[in-house]
Amino acid sequence: MCLAIPVKVIAIEDDMAVVELGGVTRRASLMLVPETRVGDYVLLHAGFAIQRLDEEEAQETLRLFAEIAAAEEGL
Amino acid sequence: MKYIEEFRQGDVATELARRLKAYAGRPVNLMEVCGTHTVSIFRHGIRSLLPPNVNMLSGPGCPVCVTANADLDKAIALAREPGVILATFGDMLKVPGSYSSLREAKAEGADVRIVYSPLDALEIARENPTKSVVFYAIGFETTAPAIACSILEAERLGLDNYSIISVHKLIPPAIRALLDSDDVRIDGFLLPGHVSTIIGSRPYEFIADHYGVPGVITGFEPLDILQGIAMLLDQIIGGKARIEIQYRRAVRPEGNVKALEYLHRLFEPCDAEWRGLGLIPKSGLRLREEYASFDAERRFEINGPPPREHPGCRCGDVLRGAATPPECPLFAKACTPEHAVGPCMVSSEGTCAAWYRYGR
Amino acid sequence: MEDRILLAHGSGGKLSRKLVEELFLPPFENPILSRLDDAAVVNWGEGTARLAFTTDSYTVKPLFFPGGDIGRLAVAGTVNDLAMMGARPLHLSAAFVIEEGLPLEVLRRVVESMRCTAEEAQVTIVAGDTKVVERGFADGLFINTSGIGVVPEGVQISGSGARVGDLVIVSGPIGDHGIAVLSEREGIAFGTSIESDVAPLNHLVEAMLGASRGIHVLRDPTRGGLATTLNEIAQRSGVAIRLDEESIPIREGVLAACEMLGYDPLYVANEGKLVAIVAPEDAERVLEAMHRTRYGGEACVIGEVIAEPAGKVVMKTKIGGTRIVDMLSGEMLPRIC
Repeated sequence: MCLAIPVKVIAIEDDMAVVELGGVTRRASLMLVPETRVGDYVLLHAGFAIQRLDEEEAQETLRLFAEIAAAEEGL
Repeated sequence: MKYIEEFRQGDVATELARRLKAYAGRPVNLMEVCGTHTVSIFRHGIRSLLPPNVNMLSGPGCPVCVTANADLDKAIALAREPGVILATFGDMLKVPGSYSSLREAKAEGADVRIVYSPLDALEIARENPTKSVVFYAIGFETTAPAIACSILEAERLGLDNYSIISVHKLIPPAIRALLDSDDVRIDGFLLPGHVSTIIGSRPYEFIADHYGVPGVITGFEPLDILQGIAMLLDQIIGGKARIEIQYRRAVRPEGNVKALEYLHRLFEPCDAEWRGLGLIPKSGLRLREEYASFDAERRFEINGPPPREHPGCRCGDVLRGAATPPECPLFAKACTPEHAVGPCMVSSEGTCAAWYRYGR
Repeated sequence: MEDRILLAHGSGGKLSRKLVEELFLPPFENPILSRLDDAAVVNWGEGTARLAFTTDSYTVKPLFFPGGDIGRLAVAGTVNDLAMMGARPLHLSAAFVIEEGLPLEVLRRVVESMRCTAEEAQVTIVAGDTKVVERGFADGLFINTSGIGVVPEGVQISGSGARVGDLVIVSGPIGDHGIAVLSEREGIAFGTSIESDVAPLNHLVEAMLGASRGIHVLRDPTRGGLATTLNEIAQRSGVAIRLDEESIPIREGVLAACEMLGYDPLYVANEGKLVAIVAPEDAERVLEAMHRTRYGGEACVIGEVIAEPAGKVVMKTKIGGTRIVDMLSGEMLPRIC
């Protein structure tokens, strides 16, 4: 029920940000994640950033996936 | 695209699917609570990768589907008021109420505008000072904080022509209601990833602690979903239920504290009518008294004929997981995406729409 | 059926088709119209000459968008409808319905764009009409173009020609036009460098026909997108089409915009692309010919024609699953769910 997509924050002015995904930019409110900085990745939903993405956790998950993929190749 | 493509890798999916196919335990029903999960599952063809003893049930996490006729009728009535601009997310436009839909009202001349964000509705209010902009606030805990922010912003800007109809609903009470009803056995929950970015994992603890059912908070990319299902099956095999987070890159156990603060500042829980589940206590959100001037239902007198249900429509059963779409007598006959009788068919993520488009 | 026209009736999906089949076809009933091809092909005179004839109206808003404008669209669109029947487009008519108050400069720009596009396509605009309506009734400008062309002998291309075993080719990345237009509209403000692909494709088609006589179907996936067009072909030909999601070319910006709005790129309009269904032994040759043209550089195979499930389009997804690709239902709306 909740379409939210991961976007990169490329500019901030007060509590509004310009966010980018695949070359497409939009404006988003940072009222819900005021600690966001330029360069962070956030989840965009209905014109608002609703949470910041944790790069380390993402990498951890991807590492797990890489192991799984390696297991597949090994078969 | 970062955080998207890496979670759609075909070779990882193949291996995850192979491991899932190896599940040899008892047949289980896993419920994906969230409508966006339903869409993702169908869109990526995930059902075709699951073993036959794993059955996915679509739950009531589709705000469009669970909005009661009465709540739609209210919005349609307001839209028809002269001087009112009704702003709505695209999702609600085609949903049938008791007698009409916002799309039909628009065709008949009502000023109904589709917006992507409540901030767009605020913009419309600024540009049209002589009109009243009413925002049709649907959605779960993911969306409510954003709506709360729009009201705070309206206050800050001194706008007196912006208000909302809140039909927001809360997920944990709905899950409790499902578990309390005897209709269908649910062996595990794929919990909604984005609602959880706001509320965290603690509100779901009761599912494991009290009902002994596993739950995994899952992301929406295909690899997230495959991994989430794998984690549920592992718990089922292991025999001990707990709430786990698969979507670790976006969900923290405490959720988004700031968002929750705004949500609680402006809203309070109230009883709400869910299509298919009936009245669930404290499962909806209503604006607090201090913000009554932003509540369209308290600002305007909404008149209209009493709500009514469509005979034959089994949306309620489908939403509870008690029936599959083909078991509804209207499915694909009187009820199609072009002529939807019930919201399960209209909503882009409605179970019936997904079956109709992807599964036949 | 509803008792009023809805916007969805114009979106190119199921409701549009229903309107045509239930309201327009019966009174106008004739075998040529019933084929519902992109253009009508009629016998002409005593010999084997065949004429292709088509008409289209353009109501796009905004009038100017990245990569094009209503004028270029009006010429290219009608040229393409003729080309999709294998015809060589010759002459167009252009009728303008202009809203009172439209700046003359706007009209001049549109007309210049039409001139340019007609020159590129090597067609002439030989007849026209102008009407002016009151302010508020035409979104600035509507254009209707009709066109005639000649179908070379031996060329039999129509929506019902797909055969089991044929390969499905697309001439380039999909979704550009729909996203470019959307990005200009108020209310859905996003910044992107995606430009409309609007272009006349008759030279591309000529190159393809020169390379092979095994081209069974040609269609341009406009309103309703690739998915709708392929469904129509599958239904008209009584076959199924199996797509390979990994092979479908889509620009990153289009994917991103679709993710943001909750759109599926398979349903987004194209105005400078074609789908070709060709005999498998000719596919290589046809692709080579396409690659040498201006608008066919990224042409590739995206699927094949199979027998079952007849009338449907199925797709092998990037992660190896299978799903059905249905026709567009009504208009696509931006969603939060």
